[in-house]
Amino acid sequence: MKRQLLMLTAAVAFASSAAAVELKPAVVFDMGGKFDKSFNQGVYEGVERFKKETGITYREFEVTNPSQREQAIRKMAQREANPVLAIGFAQATALEKVAKDFPGTKFSIIDAVVSLPNVQSIVFKEHEGSFLVGMLAAMKSQTKAVGFVGGMDIPLIRRFNCGYAQGAKYAVSDVNVISNMTGSTPSAWNDPVKGGELARSQFDRGADVVFAAAGGTGVGVYQAAKDAGKYAIGVDSNQNHMHPGTMLTSMTKQVGVASYNAFKGVKEGTWQAGVSVLGLAEGGVSWAYDEHNKDLITAEMKAAVEKAQADIISGKIVVHDYMSNNECPSL
Amino acid sequence: MSDFILIAISTLDATIRVSTPLILCAMAGLFSERSGIVDIGLEGKMLAGAFAAAAIAAVTGSAWLGLGAAIGVSICMALLHGFACITHKGNQVVSGLAINILASGLTVTLGIAWFHQGGQTPLLSGDARFFSIDLPGALAVADVPVLGAIYTQLISGHNALVYIAFMTVPVTWWLVYQTRFGLRLRAVGENPQAVDTAGISVFWLRYRAVICAGLLCGIAGAYLSIAQNASFIREMSAGKGYIALAALIFGKWRPKTALLACLLFGFLEALTVRLEGVALPLIGEVPAQLMQATPYILTVVLLAGFIGKAIAPKAIGIPYSKER
Repeated sequence: MKRQLLMLTAAVAFASSAAAVELKPAVVFDMGGKFDKSFNQGVYEGVERFKKETGITYREFEVTNPSQREQAIRKMAQREANPVLAIGFAQATALEKVAKDFPGTKFSIIDAVVSLPNVQSIVFKEHEGSFLVGMLAAMKSQTKAVGFVGGMDIPLIRRFNCGYAQGAKYAVSDVNVISNMTGSTPSAWNDPVKGGELARSQFDRGADVVFAAAGGTGVGVYQAAKDAGKYAIGVDSNQNHMHPGTMLTSMTKQVGVASYNAFKGVKEGTWQAGVSVLGLAEGGVSWAYDEHNKDLITAEMKAAVEKAQADIISGKIVVHDYMSNNECPSL
Repeated sequence: MSDFILIAISTLDATIRVSTPLILCAMAGLFSERSGIVDIGLEGKMLAGAFAAAAIAAVTGSAWLGLGAAIGVSICMALLHGFACITHKGNQVVSGLAINILASGLTVTLGIAWFHQGGQTPLLSGDARFFSIDLPGALAVADVPVLGAIYTQLISGHNALVYIAFMTVPVTWWLVYQTRFGLRLRAVGENPQAVDTAGISVFWLRYRAVICAGLLCGIAGAYLSIAQNASFIREMSAGKGYIALAALIFGKWRPKTALLACLLFGFLEALTVRLEGVALPLIGEVPAQLMQATPYILTVVLLAGFIGKAIAPKAIGIPYSKER
């Protein structure tokens, strides 16, 4: 009897300790770094919010070199971090390898799809959000020319570009869209010098509104717009506050909410593997309207964009997705 | 036609902006290499200067203090290079690479510690930056066809550091070819024994040369972070130091030809940006990567002996030690 009791206590103790296994979330940021004021920073703010609300700290790593990705994700998994959140399309291959080796660990990835039973993939319909800011750009432009500065030349960024061009042409049919990509290596996410130079070249070619979807490179684009007295459009995070008066708007992508939900989901047991696609209808993408840019957006522009937004959600306007066939009808 | 002129002028205008750090670094490299010290560390000195300029300008709100800090820090790095490879006769390439790695790591680390923005410095505005200067009469002649546009857009309207960069070229030429210091500088890069025999300190001459290099790299760094841009960002020099070195070699270690090489490389970069996605008549679309690689390709072709001949200073890379 005594022995049975002892075993029971031991079992209870074991069970309770198992239940109390603390959540050890981890996040691997991508090139550009968590202070890129854009994509990675949105994630950073989301996971910080999680930390503040739950008191659970998280491990983090900032990738500064493409070869570190797999190593970083693997190390997190080895240290029994759960869930592991990987940021950016470029981490997909690395994550796929590691997720196969750690079937018991939950992985989430933003901006890419990895089809494994322990991976949650979160992707956004950037073309829908870009469509709306494209409309704003075209309506704001005096010169009937708008610019686009992309980061690394990848299909995802072309999806932004294509959505933007469609929106611009939807609002003003004869608008000229000038597009540039910063580079073809991951360093293109963090080259504000080049970004500024690209923006200036577009101003020289007549553009007076420029949309940057380029992570940290965008900082240079917004600065160039401010110096030249033109308008710029931010991306991923709400960047309107950076240069009030010349930031026309920002195409926001709720990466922070997605990251927060990934951590929270594991904590509450609601986390599910699979793909979730967040568009305008789900509130995954949007355009920023706040005290910093409300003087730049006229009531007409606002109404037109809101109408288009409703039409996209209802399916009346279909925004072509570049990644569906790697072609863009509007460019 | 007038459209074409406007595009040409705006491309040349961009060339000037892009070439400025190259010119400063190439002149810096010229001093150093002409004295016999290989300077791979242009990149690192420029990066350290960029960080110092942005950090001090952010704290004090003065662009000129930022420039001073950039020059100071860059000279310190140059002296470190000098200490390793002049005093201690270390390998100059290794020391230069060490400078680059040191700058790359230290700037980010200090940036995180001081500003808590992941290695960036706060965005600068107002007096903390160098703004473009309108030269006298720029507005008055703006309407004159062609010449007016050239004056207002191309020559006027740059920031102070751009004009300083272009002035360093004749100053460098004068110093290297017209002064006693320059004569000795060139001699020490060709035949240090002879200079030593004449009773002139080889070490002190070479130290002065690397200090000049540090000064110019500091200005280049300040240009990047507080004139062309408004904050320091990790690795913002993005290989410009190496391109400048290539330009120096392409320019055969001479000020005027090095300037032309810098302008050519800058022009290629400005053109890359403008030609992206534009189909040219006859040729079609030129891949951006090809244009970006052109400076390096040209330098390799030159070194292989196809375009004239680039002869390096004879004593370059060899640490000097007195006869034992």
